[in-house]
Amino acid sequence: MENPNKPSHDALLSLANNLRWDLGVNLHDAVIESIYEDASRIARNAVHKEGDPATYTLERRIDQLVTSRWLGFPMMFLMLALVFWLTVAGANVPSGLLANVLVDALHPLLKNAAGSVGMPWWLSGVLIDGAYLSMAWVISVMLPPMAIFFPLFTLLEDLGYLPRVAFNMDSLFRKAGAHGKQALTLSMGFGCNAAGVIAARVIDSPRERLIAIITNNFSLCNGRWPTQILIATIFIGGAAPSYLAGVVSAGAVVGIAVLGIGFSLAVSWALSQTVLKGEASAFSLELPPYRPPRIWQTLYTSLVDRTLFVLWRAVVFAVPAGVVIWLVANLHMGELSLAEHFIYWANPLALVFGLNGVILLAYIIAIPANEIVIPTVLMLTVVSAGMTGEGAGAGVMFELESIEDTAQILQAGGWTLLTGINLMLFSLLHNPCSTTIYTIYKETKSLKWTAVATFLPIVLGLAVCFFVTQFWYLFQGG
Amino acid sequence: MNASHNCENCPVHHRENLIRLGIAMDRVDYVVALAGNPNTGKSTVFNNLTGLRQHTGNWPGKTVVRAEGGFSYREKRYKVVDLPGTYSLLSTSTDEEVARDFILFGRPDVTVIVVDATRLERNLNLTLQILEITDRAVLCLNLMDEARRHRMEVDTRTLSRELGIPVIPAAARQKEGMDELIAAIEEVASGTFVCKPHRTTNRSAKINHAIQVLSEKLAQQFPGLPNLNWVALRLLEGDQSIINAVQSGELGQLETGILQP
Repeated sequence: MENPNKPSHDALLSLANNLRWDLGVNLHDAVIESIYEDASRIARNAVHKEGDPATYTLERRIDQLVTSRWLGFPMMFLMLALVFWLTVAGANVPSGLLANVLVDALHPLLKNAAGSVGMPWWLSGVLIDGAYLSMAWVISVMLPPMAIFFPLFTLLEDLGYLPRVAFNMDSLFRKAGAHGKQALTLSMGFGCNAAGVIAARVIDSPRERLIAIITNNFSLCNGRWPTQILIATIFIGGAAPSYLAGVVSAGAVVGIAVLGIGFSLAVSWALSQTVLKGEASAFSLELPPYRPPRIWQTLYTSLVDRTLFVLWRAVVFAVPAGVVIWLVANLHMGELSLAEHFIYWANPLALVFGLNGVILLAYIIAIPANEIVIPTVLMLTVVSAGMTGEGAGAGVMFELESIEDTAQILQAGGWTLLTGINLMLFSLLHNPCSTTIYTIYKETKSLKWTAVATFLPIVLGLAVCFFVTQFWYLFQGG
Repeated sequence: MNASHNCENCPVHHRENLIRLGIAMDRVDYVVALAGNPNTGKSTVFNNLTGLRQHTGNWPGKTVVRAEGGFSYREKRYKVVDLPGTYSLLSTSTDEEVARDFILFGRPDVTVIVVDATRLERNLNLTLQILEITDRAVLCLNLMDEARRHRMEVDTRTLSRELGIPVIPAAARQKEGMDELIAAIEEVASGTFVCKPHRTTNRSAKINHAIQVLSEKLAQQFPGLPNLNWVALRLLEGDQSIINAVQSGELGQLETGILQP
């Protein structure tokens, strides 16, 4: 729009400029000082404090402990490990029950009903074996661990523990050339990476904000916790003596989460040394008072806002993915199905990285949501291992009565402890889900940085898996 | 709360006057902004007013995008906007700009400033900055439960007199003081309570002179512009977004109300 008053506006601005020169450089400080002076005078007049040093002292004591140089980090890891252990130990039984109802009982019923109304085989295949089963699967695998994990995590958040975590990690981020508030966005990423990327708005400097956005994917998100927990239980816990299994698998999940934090720091450092050079800026972080968590409200919010939200997202994405899975398993080119073509083609390449064709295909199908990786992996394993006796036919996600059954399937599909470890690593280090990628684009408005944030983790993930695999063979061979 | 019998006849306690509208916000009569330092319970107040369940959490900087909801009270419909928590309005981070631009350009009918009663002095810094740019505000003195636990007393009358706006003690987590807050919002929105907001005057004579010279010029070019002194001060400090608003003439649209947030 043409502005007719432009010359007079420019005159106004140059007047402001001249006046600013007269006032000198201390104007900003002087203005802030006068505000602080007023605030302090008003507060002095209005607040009467009898002073109850006891509560303050107790709070300070706790703070000194949880943010102390020596105890801060170990306490953080212990707390995380405890949360995972409770999740792992508590989720197995309800998962089995849900699978019994949704998969064992309801699925045959639906199949029979479809048969009796004369539904064509391919339609009942797509709808019931594809869409319904994948949904049933996602619910029975994911609901119990999430219903335990999220309330526990929300309790910690409500209590006021998260800012202490940020406080502990602040100096590490500063040393990595990133903003201290990145510790907050990182914690947020443990819930959801898309939310963590949006949260990076609290960071003022564009350079540091970009670093926070690119590295947020290294925070293990909701959708990936179930994968980690399940695979750790099967392979890592399975390799340990049974009385230690729970503790060892919880430890492995914490290890992956901590590794993620390590990658966050390392990549931040590398970026701030190279393409995003600059000094870390200072900021103040307020430690809020500890507040007794409101148990019922916490249960409500974490169940409705988080558990059901994530579950709903998983279901929404699982249904079309179930259809795709059924199709790639049932559309044939020559002798083999599309899925088998890809898996056999990708297997030799994937084995170099200690993964397999199934995992690669699963990650391609599961781009919309990390939540469906495990169901897809299991289904494709059955297809490619030709274990048709195991499921109810190609493209049908079979029932799982217990974690041992899952283990049997995976081991029959040629999985080893090494595959398990690499899947956990790759689950940490691969592209963000499509929602997060879209959010990154909206926040950065740059295709270049979106591409960096998308492909950098994949490259890192493949490199890490490659080295782990080669060392593994080296030591086994030697 | 132990209200005496007399209080029951007071409109403040007629809960049936309040209808939470959630996100149904067509035809609003008044716009209410919620501002304040991080982690003072703005989102909890927001949820109490609108009946929505915006996620709340005990950590600063949780709300980065503004959330909107509505309620209806005594036949008037209010839109509530939950702004990101900030420590000041003077720096340039995105969340502070969102908050400042909304109060400045969005011209809410009432700005509710939510403060932490146990950290009043620090919270007043932001309060005073907000009062520089708006004439109609209510102070929600939140977390009174914690203040009581720390045996602190806040003289709300003195505070209200000093700031020139209504001061409502509250404990939003326990839903304490919410009825009184709504009543105060209504009084300010309808003009029953006329605010005389505190304006900082204790600056040096030299600065005050510069502000005066500049705001006279501003008044000539942008007649009807509110917060003249504040805009002048921002220009003196070289605030880029205000400079841009002058250059583009956008600032002039403030008084005509063309500019939509």
